[in-house]
Amino acid sequence: MSGFDFLTTRLETALGWGRKFSLFHYPFITACCGMEYMSAACAHFDIDRFGAGLTRFSPRQADLLLVVGTVSHKLAPVLKTVYDQMLEPKWVIAFGACAVSGGIYQNYAAVQGIDKIIPVDIYIPGCPPRPEMVLDGLMKLQDKIQHQKQDWRWARKP
Amino acid sequence: MGPETLIEEIRTRLGDAVEGVSDSFGDQVLIVRPVSLRGLMASLRGAPFDYAVLLDLTCVDFTAGEGRFEIVYHLYSLSRDVRLRIKASVRAENPVVDSLVGLWKNADWLEREVFDMFGIAFLGHPDLRRILMYDGFEGHPLRKSYPWRKEQPRLPLKD
Repeated sequence: MSGFDFLTTRLETALGWGRKFSLFHYPFITACCGMEYMSAACAHFDIDRFGAGLTRFSPRQADLLLVVGTVSHKLAPVLKTVYDQMLEPKWVIAFGACAVSGGIYQNYAAVQGIDKIIPVDIYIPGCPPRPEMVLDGLMKLQDKIQHQKQDWRWARKP
Repeated sequence: MGPETLIEEIRTRLGDAVEGVSDSFGDQVLIVRPVSLRGLMASLRGAPFDYAVLLDLTCVDFTAGEGRFEIVYHLYSLSRDVRLRIKASVRAENPVVDSLVGLWKNADWLEREVFDMFGIAFLGHPDLRRILMYDGFEGHPLRKSYPWRKEQPRLPLKD
């Protein structure tokens, strides 16, 4: 291992550490799972303890997209636009059974999981998921962020 | 006006329009001919019945038969504090009913919803177009003949 490799490895670790504890999340809330999101975000469970406390209501300022609730085909282009507006690096959590797979809705209206439209990093099942599950999913995402290849602007692209 | 006298009154005044009468958990139900619906509703809107509120307007698909669709109206009288349900069968091959927008303004969106979901045309509606489904959606999803699980996505979907 050359000295440069050692340096970039350290830098990647530092970047991962920084990124996983400074998640600005954009809540895309469409349905009843929003209640669980609220309880996870507010003082009782306090998502801020895990470094994801800063809610942004503009996708341009966010790097974590929380898709909470059912997404219908009518809404699908909106979700796609919101995702496209977010800056890299960005991550997506599918929150609740409807966002994961369409849930109980298998009909003309509902998208059968948001991974049909946008890439998803973490799936949190449940109808709705308990806040503990949300925090567990968040910690799994942080683990993923820490160990993934960090995309940084001045890195040499293959 | 008690429930029996109410039905008596409706029968004497509007007898031709009424096909049958029944009772549902204490509320009166009228089964009426769709051709005379508009006139009947106009009479019920005015004195002495005074049904000032159109609570709901919806439709049921019974899949088979001549009168496959059934339009259901729920009326409420503020002055007398009573409800009335009105049902009218609509033919399957050419489902057309008179619009009630001139009588109750909220019928506008309710009729658009029934048109969107069941494909019932409302004669005299000022702006009959889809209200819930998006442009380009084909068919009427709450009809029983709409294919089960048929989706009409607006974006190309990944596998």
